[in-house]
Amino acid sequence: MNPLTLSAGRRHAPRRTSSRRRLVSVPLAAGGAALALVLTACSGGSGDVAGEPSTPSEPVDLRMTVWTADETQLAQFQEIADAYVAQNPDLVSGVTFETIPFEDYTTSLTTQLAGGNAPDLAWILESYAPEFVASGALVDVAPKLQETEGYEYDDLLDSSLALWEQDGGLFAYPFSNSPFALFVNTDQVAAAGQANPADLVASGDWTYDQARDIAAAAAATSGKQGLVVRDFDYKVWENLSTVWDGWGAAPWSEDGTQCTFTDPEMVDALTWVHDATFVDAAMPGPGTTADFFAGDSAMTITQISRASALDDSFAWDVVPLPAGPAGQQNVIGQAGIGVFAAGEHPDVAADFLAFFTNPENAETLAAYFPPPRESLLNAETLGAANPKLSEAQLQAVVVDGIQGAVTKPSHQNFAKLQDTVRAQLDALWTADADVEGVLADTCATIQPLLED
Amino acid sequence: MASSALARRDAAVGYTMVAPAVLGALAFVVAPLVAVVWYSLHEWNVLASTFTFAGADNYERMLADPGLRDSLLASLWFSIGLVVLNISLALVLAVLLNQRLPGTTTFRTFFFSPVVVSLVAWTIVWSFLLQADGGINGFLSLLGIEGPNWLRGETTAMLSVIVVQVFKNVGLNMILFLAALQGVPEEIQEAARIDGAGAWRRFRSITLPLISPTVLLVSILTIVGSLEVFAQIAVLTGGGPGSSTTVLVYYLYQQAFRFNDFGYASAISVLLFVIVLVLTLVQWQTRKRWVFHEV
Repeated sequence: MNPLTLSAGRRHAPRRTSSRRRLVSVPLAAGGAALALVLTACSGGSGDVAGEPSTPSEPVDLRMTVWTADETQLAQFQEIADAYVAQNPDLVSGVTFETIPFEDYTTSLTTQLAGGNAPDLAWILESYAPEFVASGALVDVAPKLQETEGYEYDDLLDSSLALWEQDGGLFAYPFSNSPFALFVNTDQVAAAGQANPADLVASGDWTYDQARDIAAAAAATSGKQGLVVRDFDYKVWENLSTVWDGWGAAPWSEDGTQCTFTDPEMVDALTWVHDATFVDAAMPGPGTTADFFAGDSAMTITQISRASALDDSFAWDVVPLPAGPAGQQNVIGQAGIGVFAAGEHPDVAADFLAFFTNPENAETLAAYFPPPRESLLNAETLGAANPKLSEAQLQAVVVDGIQGAVTKPSHQNFAKLQDTVRAQLDALWTADADVEGVLADTCATIQPLLED
Repeated sequence: MASSALARRDAAVGYTMVAPAVLGALAFVVAPLVAVVWYSLHEWNVLASTFTFAGADNYERMLADPGLRDSLLASLWFSIGLVVLNISLALVLAVLLNQRLPGTTTFRTFFFSPVVVSLVAWTIVWSFLLQADGGINGFLSLLGIEGPNWLRGETTAMLSVIVVQVFKNVGLNMILFLAALQGVPEEIQEAARIDGAGAWRRFRSITLPLISPTVLLVSILTIVGSLEVFAQIAVLTGGGPGSSTTVLVYYLYQQAFRFNDFGYASAISVLLFVIVLVLTLVQWQTRKRWVFHEV
């Protein structure tokens, strides 16, 4: 018999009770499957947050969610955690670092919160900082950090802390302050007969227009791509802030209440991006992927921490972000570590945070995460931890890049804004798009969300 | 007396036997249903840890929510496209593979194999094929056709999601139809053939009525399944471009897990449940008009 010959069509008529049962069970099963999305959250639901921190009666296990899966980084974290456990055997029995993929990080984290399974500590993305800080979900760690002996709280840069502060409290420690920079495949640029960007930096002629022209020429010569704003991919639009900051543009006002997508600076900046993509072919269009680190493009704007992905397969350089019409603006990507009030041991978690980020451990972590400590932000310290970058590159891109830098857009209502703006800007990414019209529609749509 | 004790013992054994299924249904179907209805009456933000009774606020909000209206429309288009394409293609394939021709077993396996492939893996592969410079457009360029940017156009994105889903599951419906076709008595076909009925007439007047219970089953499963599409949207389009592929379940996911608005998401879940229930009831009640006999 053919194994795929089934007998479903030969079944005899069932009794009426069976039919009725099937009648009910089909929608039940279907509805149940859809509802399963929501049911992962069923075990939580209490509006309470933890009260006064309490000292554990026996050593506790701490859990920190992170988005890195880099084994070297995780081993470094574990080494620091093991030292803490060794120093505090009565307080802690172990620290677990739980990796959640970056793409779904915040969603997975809030799902854990909804399920009553809050981690003790968590990495938090800068874009969501205002939402987390204002929510009351995080513990104010400033008192703990300030009272910890040898912590040197005053060494922390005020500009780095600003995003994580509210009413004088600090609701997460910005452990990573990685500047955005522009990586150059100098082999591809030279092959196209274009000027070396480092020379343009030295002569003060390093502008976005120059970068666009070099990228277009390199792409035409190599048959590959020109300039890639990494992780933008025509979805994660906030990464374009590395470009529009050169125009002095912003998506909304500083207090977050007014849409500014229609301001002339933003219109000019996004017109530049649109034309660089669809007119000059200097940037890959929607649906085209190109990995600079695999040699697919001549230039990329990304965080300096990606330098670890480079090998010797092509000659490369890293230079500061180009200047736009409003001048050169450094941009950093931040990440914070917060302590959840709903965690089982917030007091112990805060104590561990104070140890994890003390001056000695911050210097160790600087190998991957530029710290917010003024004393550590020098080319010597960072150079020891970043052997792939020269001291001159570190000084120009990291040390100078953090000073006076701005962060990517953030807002208390960021999740909704992120999705809504993405949907609106989709209309921009076609060759014949009306930039001003799209941005006017974007503002009309998100203004209620900004006022929400 | 003895028979009463026996009946009680029988009953106890019976209840014990069904207990796992009943408890499972209570825990994983009934209790969540009740819980979601309860949640839908609350404003619940998991990040802010707020859980306050809101009465019918979430349901009133649904009435004025343009995003929900758009997602219902997207679901409607997706369902229509999927049901029409899936059922017609499955039926055609089943009829073709029901012929006694060499190689049919190989083709059955070929069309069925996507059913057992991981949905996400299947979708990720398609996401590469559908890129502007992906395999589909590469193939089209060989024919001298310049393919569109499939996942970036509103119409082509929805079409792409539908086709990816059709190819994923058409094999299952094909097998169900094939099984039904093999249950059509050959002697009836033979009699019609002797009476001079052509192939189309035999299919329309004999085969289709006799497999109508399977058509009903496949229709219900496909329609219900079309309302639950999620992974393909999440991987291929993220609901875009614009909100063209933000179907109801994806919209529900956004409200719950992106915006932390679990109360409103629960209300949308209840709406989805009602839609599925009504569609199933309508199909069931109208079956007498188009189902020739019940299996």
